[in-house]
Amino acid sequence: MSSTDIPPTKTIFVRKEMIGASAAPISTRGFFGWVRTRLFGSLFDAILTVIGLSIAGSIIWSVVDFAIVRAVWTGANGEVCRAEGSGACWPYVTAYWQQFLYGRYPAEERWRAIAVFFAFFGLLVPLAMPKVPFKFANTLAFLVGLPIFAYVMLCGGWFGLVPVETMRWGGLLVTMVVAVTGIVTSLPIGILFALGRRSQMPIVRMLSVVFIEFWRGVPMITVLFMAANMLPLFMPDGVDVDKLLRALIGVSIFTAAYLAETIRGGLQAIPKGQYEGAMALGLGYWKMMGLIVMPQALKMVIPGIVNSFISLFKDTTLVLIVSIFDLLGMIQSSRSDPEWAAPSTSTTGYLVAAAIFWIFCFGMSRYSQWMERRLATGHKR
Amino acid sequence: MTDTSLAPTGRTTPAAARDLAVEMIDVNKWYGDFHVLKAIDLEVKKGEKIVICGPSGSGKSTMIRCINRLEEHQAGRIIVDGIELTEDLKRIDEIRRDVGMVFQHFNLFPHLTILENCTLAPIWVKKLPKREADEIAMHYLRRVRIPEQANKYPGQLSGGQQQRVAIARSLCMSPKIMLFDEPTSALDPEMVKEVLDTMVGLANEGMTMLVVTHEMGFARQVADRVIFMDAGQIIESNEPNAFFANPQHERTKLFLSQILH
Ligand SMILES: Nc1ncnc2c1ncn2[C@@H]1O[C@H](COP(=O)(O)OP(=O)(O)O)[C@@H](O)[C@H]1O
Ligand SMILES: [Mg+2]
Repeated sequence: MSSTDIPPTKTIFVRKEMIGASAAPISTRGFFGWVRTRLFGSLFDAILTVIGLSIAGSIIWSVVDFAIVRAVWTGANGEVCRAEGSGACWPYVTAYWQQFLYGRYPAEERWRAIAVFFAFFGLLVPLAMPKVPFKFANTLAFLVGLPIFAYVMLCGGWFGLVPVETMRWGGLLVTMVVAVTGIVTSLPIGILFALGRRSQMPIVRMLSVVFIEFWRGVPMITVLFMAANMLPLFMPDGVDVDKLLRALIGVSIFTAAYLAETIRGGLQAIPKGQYEGAMALGLGYWKMMGLIVMPQALKMVIPGIVNSFISLFKDTTLVLIVSIFDLLGMIQSSRSDPEWAAPSTSTTGYLVAAAIFWIFCFGMSRYSQWMERRLATGHKR
Repeated sequence: MTDTSLAPTGRTTPAAARDLAVEMIDVNKWYGDFHVLKAIDLEVKKGEKIVICGPSGSGKSTMIRCINRLEEHQAGRIIVDGIELTEDLKRIDEIRRDVGMVFQHFNLFPHLTILENCTLAPIWVKKLPKREADEIAMHYLRRVRIPEQANKYPGQLSGGQQQRVAIARSLCMSPKIMLFDEPTSALDPEMVKEVLDTMVGLANEGMTMLVVTHEMGFARQVADRVIFMDAGQIIESNEPNAFFANPQHERTKLFLSQILH
C-alpha cells in the first residue's frame, strides 16, 4: 500500500495498465476485520453484540436440543415419546408422513399423486433453467399438458382410474395444488386487471377498479368462507361446484387483485417513449403491451410479484376453515391422535410444517433474486 | 427503399395527388384551450426532404407526430401516402407501417438486444420469418455501421450508436417516409456528426424525410425546403439558400440570428 518504502531510485518504469483499487488493509478486512468493525466497533456495539448473540444462541440451541439432542427417533406408538424430558417425537412424523403428503388420498392410489409430483417437477425444473432448450414446448406442456394430466390422474374416472373425490385429497398435495394453480392463474388475471385499470375505455377501467378494490377489501378467510358456505345458496339447485375448486377460484382471484396493483406500479414506471417507439413501428395494443411494455414492467416488479406468491403459498393453509385439509391441516388433525399423544407431538408437527413451508418460500425467494440479476440488461444508468 | 409503385387498398385520393407523400390541409389541434396547431397546410412530395425549425414549443413535434397519429388532429385533413388519417384503426396501422420515426431520446427497447430491436416489427407486424428479418436487420445495421453491436443491449451503446440503431430499426420496416424529431438534440457534440452522416446517406438515396432539427448545416446540405414554425403556425417555407440568405419574416430573422452566430 504505502509507496514510501520503495527506494525512489531503484526502478523507473511507466505503467502500461492501470491497476485496480487495492484491497483494504488487513485490519479492516476478512472475518476478523468484519467482526472488529461491525460487532465490536465501540463499547455499546460490543454490549449489543453480546446480548444479541446470547439470545440467538439460546434460541438455536433450544431448537437443536429439542429436534436432535433430546429427540426420540424410533418407536411404535406415542409411549416412547411420553417419557419425561424427551424432545421431538420423530416416530410420529414417520407414521403420519404419508398422510402429511397425501391426506386421505387412498393408499393404493397414491402412485397417481406421485406421478403428478414427478411430472410437475420434471417440467418445472427445466423451465426454471434458462439454458435448457425447448422453452416453448416446455411452457406449453407445463401450462396445458400438466393441468390436464394432473386433473385426470388426481380426480380419476377416466382410463380405468378409480375416481377420488377432492374431499379425500389433503396434505402437501392440496397445498401444492392450491398454490400452483393459484400462482399460474392469478398472474394472467392480475395482468389483465392491471391493464384494465389503465385502459382508455371508462367501462373497462371502472370494472377493473371495482374488482380490484372489492377483493383487496375483504380478508382471504372471508373469501374462502363465502365461497364454501354462501355460494351454494345462490346457485341453482343441482349445480354443485366442487369445494376445492371454489377454494381455488377464491385464492386465485384474491391474489390476482393484489398482483394487479403490483403490476400497475410497474406499468407506471415505463416511460412514454416506449409506447411511442412501439406504436411508431406499427405494433397494435396487444403486441405493444405483450412484447414491449409488459416484459419491462413485470421485470421491474418481480420482488412484489414473488411477495404475493409467497403470501399465497402460506395463505393456502386457510383452506382448513372450509374443512379442506392441507399440509398444516393434516398436521393439526393428526396431533390429537390419542395413540401418539405426548407433550412434544404438537411441537414436532408444527416444526415439520414450518420447515416444509420455509423451504418452499425460501426457494421461491432465492430463485426470484437470481432471475432478477439474470434479467438485468444493464440499461439502468 | 423508395418504392413508390404499388398502392395498397384503401386509397382515396385522386390521381393528381399520387406524387404527394404527405398532405396536410388546414390542420388544427388543441390541447384543451391551447391551440397548438393553427391551420397547417403542408404538401410533401415523394422524395422531398423537409427541415422544420422554430422556437421550442412552437408545435414542430406535434405537427410531425400527427403524421403517424401519435397525436390526433381535431380539424382538417391529413393524407399520408394516399391514405387519409381517420379514426379507422386499420388505416392508422397501414400508415404507421409506411412511416418510420426517429425520436430525440431514441426510444430503443432496453430489454431487447440491438438485433431484436430491429427484427421485432418485421417479425410481428410484417410477419416475416425470423431468418429473413435477421438478414434485413443486419443489412441495415451494416449501413449504419454498427453490425458488431448486434447482440448487445441498448444500454451498452453510446448515444450516437443508439440513435443509429433507432434509424436502422425504422428502416427495417422499409418505410416510404421518415420522420425525425430532433434526432441529434440529446447527443453529445462529438456524436452528432455520425448520426447526421447516416441521415445524409439516407437522403441521398431518395427517402422522403421530414426532419425537425436545428442543425442548419444539415438543412443546407440536404433540404429541398426549410420550414419555420412559430406559435403553431407555418410562418415561412423556402428552399434553403433563400431561407437562410433572405428570410422574409421578422420572426424568422430573429430566430435565425439566435441560432446562427
Ligand atoms: N400532451 C400535451 N398536453 C398539453 N400541452 C402539450 C402537450 N404536448 C405538447 N404540449 C404543448 O404544445 C406546445 C407544442 O409542443 P411541441 O410540439 O412539443 O413543440 P416543439 O416540438 O416545437 O418544441 C408546447 O407549448 C407544449 O407545451
Ligand atoms: Mg419537440
